[in-house]
Amino acid sequence: MSDRLPGFSTLAVHAGAQPDPTTGARATPIYQTTSFVFNDADHAASLFGLQAFGNIYTRIGNPTNAVLEERVAALEGGTAALAVASGHAAQVVVLQQLLQPGDEFIAARKLYGGSINQFTHAFKSFGWNVVWADPDDIASFERAVTPRTKVIFIESIANPAGSITDIEAISSVARKAGVPLIVDNTLASPYLIRPIDHGADIVVHSLTKFLGGHGNSLGGIIVDAGTFDWSTGGKYPMLSEPRPEYHGIRLQETFGNFAFAIACRVLGLRDLGPALSPFNAFMILTGIETLPLRMQKHCDNAKAVAEFLAGHPAVASVNYAGLASDKYNQLARKYAPRGAGAVFTFSLKGGYDAGVNLVSKLQLFSHLANVGDTRSLVIHPASTTHSQLDDAAKVKSGAGPDVVRLSIGIEDKEDLIADLEQALSA
Amino acid sequence: MNHDAYPDNYIRSILNSVKSIAMVGASPINVRPSYFAFKYLAQRGYDMIPVNPGHVGKDLLGKPFVASLRDIGRPIDMIDIFRNSSHIMPVVEEALTLAPLPKVIWMQLGAHDDAAAEKAEAAGIKVVMNRCPKIEYGRLSSEISWMGVNSRTLSSKRPPAPTQGMRLSLNRMSVGGGDTAASDRAAKNKSEQS
Repeated sequence: MSDRLPGFSTLAVHAGAQPDPTTGARATPIYQTTSFVFNDADHAASLFGLQAFGNIYTRIGNPTNAVLEERVAALEGGTAALAVASGHAAQVVVLQQLLQPGDEFIAARKLYGGSINQFTHAFKSFGWNVVWADPDDIASFERAVTPRTKVIFIESIANPAGSITDIEAISSVARKAGVPLIVDNTLASPYLIRPIDHGADIVVHSLTKFLGGHGNSLGGIIVDAGTFDWSTGGKYPMLSEPRPEYHGIRLQETFGNFAFAIACRVLGLRDLGPALSPFNAFMILTGIETLPLRMQKHCDNAKAVAEFLAGHPAVASVNYAGLASDKYNQLARKYAPRGAGAVFTFSLKGGYDAGVNLVSKLQLFSHLANVGDTRSLVIHPASTTHSQLDDAAKVKSGAGPDVVRLSIGIEDKEDLIADLEQALSA
Repeated sequence: MNHDAYPDNYIRSILNSVKSIAMVGASPINVRPSYFAFKYLAQRGYDMIPVNPGHVGKDLLGKPFVASLRDIGRPIDMIDIFRNSSHIMPVVEEALTLAPLPKVIWMQLGAHDDAAAEKAEAAGIKVVMNRCPKIEYGRLSSEISWMGVNSRTLSSKRPPAPTQGMRLSLNRMSVGGGDTAASDRAAKNKSEQS
C-alpha cells in the first residue's frame, strides 16, 4: 500500500498536511507567530547552521507555509518548494540565486505585463539583462544564447492571449545551453500542465491566481524540480561554492536534489525578505483543495464562452487555444488535454471605442486587473495595463486597441454568455 | 533490489531496526555534510562510530575516531559510506570480512557502485545507494516537511507529539504521496554517464 501513487485530487487535499501532533487539529493551523522557541543552545546553533530541520523565524520558514510548500511541490512533481509574498517576489528570489550583475537571461516575449516591466526595468538595475525571444519561433531562443546566458524563462500558458508554449522544444534549447529552464505555470496550474514532466527545472507561480483561486490572497511559490546539476563549471556559485553566509557550506553537496529550494530560502528569502503571511498561506491552501474541481469548470466555461464569441457578429476574432481553429490548438491538445485554461483575448470589429463600451456595459464580469478568480473578469488592455505603450508596441504584445481580455470564472456559463450578449448588443 | 527507487517500507524498516552505525568518511569539520548527518543521527538515538584514518586520536561529538571498520571491535548494524563512488568497493570488501556481518550497507547521496552492491547483497546484506539517512529519516518522520520538501508521504494519522531529544520519530503511519520522477530520472542519467 505504501508505494501506491495517489492521484492529483488526493494530493490537492492531503499533501503536506497531517493532523497537528499537539492538538489533533485536522485543518492546518495558522501558525501566526514571528518566531519559534529553541529546545536549548545547541538546537539553536544547529538550526542557524542548517544542521537541523526546524523553525527559527517566519521570514525563513513557518509551519503553515511549509504545508503549502509541500503541497505545491507534490502537485508539480518537484522535490521541494518555497512560498513567498507574491509571484513577482518568486521571480526576484529565483533569479538572485542564479544571476550575477552583467549576466543575461532569455525570456519569452509573451509574458504577463508585470513580468515584462520587472525584467525590463527593475532587473536591469540589478545588472540582470533580459534578452527577448519569440515562443512561436524556437530558433530565436537558440540565437539568443551567449556565454553569459544563465537562465531561460517562459510561461506555460502565456499572457495575454492564453497561447500555449512548446515547453519541450525550449527545454532542449536550455539543456543544450547548459542552463535551467524556468516555467511560470500560473495560468495553467499543475492541474492542466505539469512543466516538470516536460523538462522544466524550476516552476514559479503567482498563487494569487488559480491556485488560491478566490481573489482574496496574494502569494507566490518556487518549485525545485531537482533535475539541474548546479555544480558544473562554477556557473551558479550560490549553489556550488562555499557560502560565507553559512561558514562555508556548499548547498548542492549538502542538500542534493532540493538544494535550489534551500538556496531560495536561506539565501534569497532570508536576505531579501518577501515572506508570505501564514494567514495567506492558509487561505491559499484552502483554495488548492478544490483546484481540480474549479480548474475543470473554469476551462469548460471558457470553451463555451469562446465558442459563443467566435460566432458573434460584433467579434472580429477569438484567441483561445481550446478552439479547434486556433493556431495553438495542436499544442493545447498535447500539453493541456483537460482544457486550455480560462484566460484569453478576443477583438472587436468596433475597435477601441467598442472595447471601452463593452467593459462598461458588462454586469457580471468585473472590470479589474487580475486573473484566476472564481468570478469572471474583464479588462481592456489598451486603455489600462498597456496604455503606456504606443500602438505598434500594443499590437506586438497582443494588446491592440481592439483587444479585450477575459478571465472566465466558475459561474453558470449561460449567465456569462447572456451578460456578454447584452453588452455586445448595447 | 531495484536501486533506482526504494519502497518507503524498505528504508523505514532499516532506519527502525539498526541501532549502531559506523560512518566511513565522517568529518570533524562542522560544515561538511557528513558532520551534519553524523550529528543528526546521533541526536535521533543511533550509536554512531566515526571511521576516518586521518582523524584517529580525535573525537567527533564525544565519539572517538577509528581508522577502519576492523578497529571497531564490536558488532555494528549498519555502515554508512560517506565516500565517492570510486572508493566504495574497498570499504564493502572490508565490511565482508567482519564477523558478524553488518546488516546494512548504505552509500551516501551521489555514491553508487553496482558491483559492490551485488557483492554485499550476495552475502545477505541490505544495500541502499545514493541516499542520505538524515534526509530519509527526516522525510519518513515528516520532519523534513518543515523545509517545504516533498516528503512523498501522506497520512491522516496524528503523529506522536514531539519530545525532547527525539523530536519526531519514525513511528508514523503513512502511504505514498507525490512523486519526484523527474529528479529521479535526472539522477539516473547522471550516474549512467559517470
